[in-house]
Amino acid sequence: MKTNRITECSNWVLARFPLSKLWNEHMAHYYAPKNFNFWYFFGSLALLVLVNQFVTGILLTMNYKPDAKLAFDSVEYIMRDVNWGWLVRYMHSTGASAFFIVVYLHMFRGLIYGSYKQPRELIWIFGMLLFLALMAEAFMGYLLPWGQMSYWGAQVIISLFSAIPFVGDDLSLWIRGDYVVSDATLNRFFAFHVIAVPLVLVMLVFLHIVALHEVGSNNPDGIEIKKTKDANGIPLDGIPFHPYYTVKDLVGVGVFLIFFATIIFYLPEVGGFFLESDNFIPADPLRTPEHIAPLWYFTPFYAILRAIPDKFAGVIAMFGSIAVLFILPWLDRSPIKSVRYRGGIFKKALFVLVVSFVALGYLGTQPVTPTGTIFSRIFTLGYFGFFLLMPIYSRWEKAKPLPTRLTEQPTIEDHIPALKEVFDEMTVLKPVTNPDDMKSFYGSTVLRRRPNPKGILRVVSRVAKKIKASLD
Amino acid sequence: MKNIFITILLLALSFGVLAEENAHLQHAKINPTDSESLQRGAKHFVTYCLGCHSIKHIRYQRMSLDFGIDDKKVLSDIAPQGATIYQQMNTAMNAHDSEKWFGIQPPDLSLAARSRSADWIYSYLKSFYADPKKPLGTNNLIFKDVGMPNVFWQLQGEQKATFKTVDGKQEIESLAVNVPGALSEQEFDAMVNDLVNFLVYVGEPIKLERERMGKYVLFFLSMFLLLAYLLKKEYWKDVH
Repeated sequence: MKTNRITECSNWVLARFPLSKLWNEHMAHYYAPKNFNFWYFFGSLALLVLVNQFVTGILLTMNYKPDAKLAFDSVEYIMRDVNWGWLVRYMHSTGASAFFIVVYLHMFRGLIYGSYKQPRELIWIFGMLLFLALMAEAFMGYLLPWGQMSYWGAQVIISLFSAIPFVGDDLSLWIRGDYVVSDATLNRFFAFHVIAVPLVLVMLVFLHIVALHEVGSNNPDGIEIKKTKDANGIPLDGIPFHPYYTVKDLVGVGVFLIFFATIIFYLPEVGGFFLESDNFIPADPLRTPEHIAPLWYFTPFYAILRAIPDKFAGVIAMFGSIAVLFILPWLDRSPIKSVRYRGGIFKKALFVLVVSFVALGYLGTQPVTPTGTIFSRIFTLGYFGFFLLMPIYSRWEKAKPLPTRLTEQPTIEDHIPALKEVFDEMTVLKPVTNPDDMKSFYGSTVLRRRPNPKGILRVVSRVAKKIKASLD
Repeated sequence: MKNIFITILLLALSFGVLAEENAHLQHAKINPTDSESLQRGAKHFVTYCLGCHSIKHIRYQRMSLDFGIDDKKVLSDIAPQGATIYQQMNTAMNAHDSEKWFGIQPPDLSLAARSRSADWIYSYLKSFYADPKKPLGTNNLIFKDVGMPNVFWQLQGEQKATFKTVDGKQEIESLAVNVPGALSEQEFDAMVNDLVNFLVYVGEPIKLERERMGKYVLFFLSMFLLLAYLLKKEYWKDVH
């Protein structure tokens, strides 16, 4: 009797809403390539962090006061007097940085396996719009604690708009709503951070996923699994997203959460990278901090801005460095998607890009020095070189033959014995001096191992040779 | 390859610069579990600092909970007379007056230890020296031309700076106690250390609790990871 009622109820809903159809299309009968490696965790992790930001953000708004006089103190109120407020706030502040880590790795995955290429250009574009919205979200959110760095960071970034000829000054005035960053700015940034941009983010995530499920996922081999189907029209190398990838992503979630929790509970400031020390001082419009730097996730772009001597040209270069990502699908002329089968020139260019991006990120956190500026310029060239020279070098490259079916690569588990050997090579066993130690925790063979310089040198040179060989 | 080399070189250089900046800071011993030290620090704060500086984000009750002592003991030993247990550590000084007297309103110190390091505060408090050119008669080696006088001069005594000439400029080489104070050097260091320990506690009172909790969270997450991994292994048995 009871089950019948439930069945009736669910039938009533299913007759009016395509719930099972949606579930099948996007989960149970969505066929994903079976050879996803760890790079493929970051998409689902980005979604997890987004949910984390929404939940913690909603909780924070319950006690936060978007008022220049009250904002700073209300954050401290949350940290001290609100039950679990400190946890919610740290989850939100760590989540912001985690979002960028995950998104940068997710984008890098797209870059190495050619996920931006035909037929997935639109997914890439939606993704880039997401990245842009995320940057706006992070920038506006960073003003809300109303600390010194919030205030002066916003002041510097908004003043960039004033470099635009003719309309610049009016434009930056319009953005701020005042002649300096003030209560008016804080209020509008709050509105954007809490309502407008999150709505855009959710919509873009929806579009990103719809577009992805229309064409199907790429994979580390960069070949289309839809080309080889069985009699029922199911890709031979595909497996249903649910349950295979839902359970696999749970493993990724577990690993991610361990890192996430370690930071929240033990290192919430991450040495000033996630929470800057200057932001523990309330905003003071009359006192400029000695050294203004944005948070780490903006520093590569900030370094590009500072590398250019002219302010307006710098602003163009900075926005250009993001804009160039949008046209990436059309810059790449190679028919091969995955880095596994691409020519050495692409791998070398990619290597230059990674080094440039990391170095720019580092330089952006440092005060301006003449040497720093020279290096910033070199790495800015490296960054733009990767993209703008791509139409040329991607034509030349000598690709390796593509497999017809997905290949199987050793998994992380398969590497464990080899890693153990490397560990043994890099360390030596310390002899037992105190026999009592043998009985205790310190007697374990792992804890008694000490670094072995010769072994470390051997391993490093072997790794370097391997990297060099893999770039060919 | 060259890029890596340059990056490493750059990193090494910048660390060198960083090391030099922090070279003259003295090391404070911070121990958030030392309730006695925190209580002494709180008491010193009320005696020597609260006259000008507030800590508006801490309540006396919070201290009694975190230090593991009675509300009454906090009120009698630490809080100034007339304070109630739910009150925050507010200063009695009027902001308008302080600006007139010192040129600046003495900052609230709730987050001093988070915006400056513990070592910085420790070194700063110990680095006042006599400077007749300043209106209040003292200057500070760590924070040049600071508006604050040396509130500990009766305890520490008066420090005198010895100068050396570097590139034609006079630079302070070292500070030494010229007129001895009520405390010996060790006693004074211990007292300042207690005060800094208290300021670090006040910067984030939840810190101990969060680190204690972290262990359980990480244990739970490791168990979750193990189960998730086993589940994945089970499901993926039939994928080849």
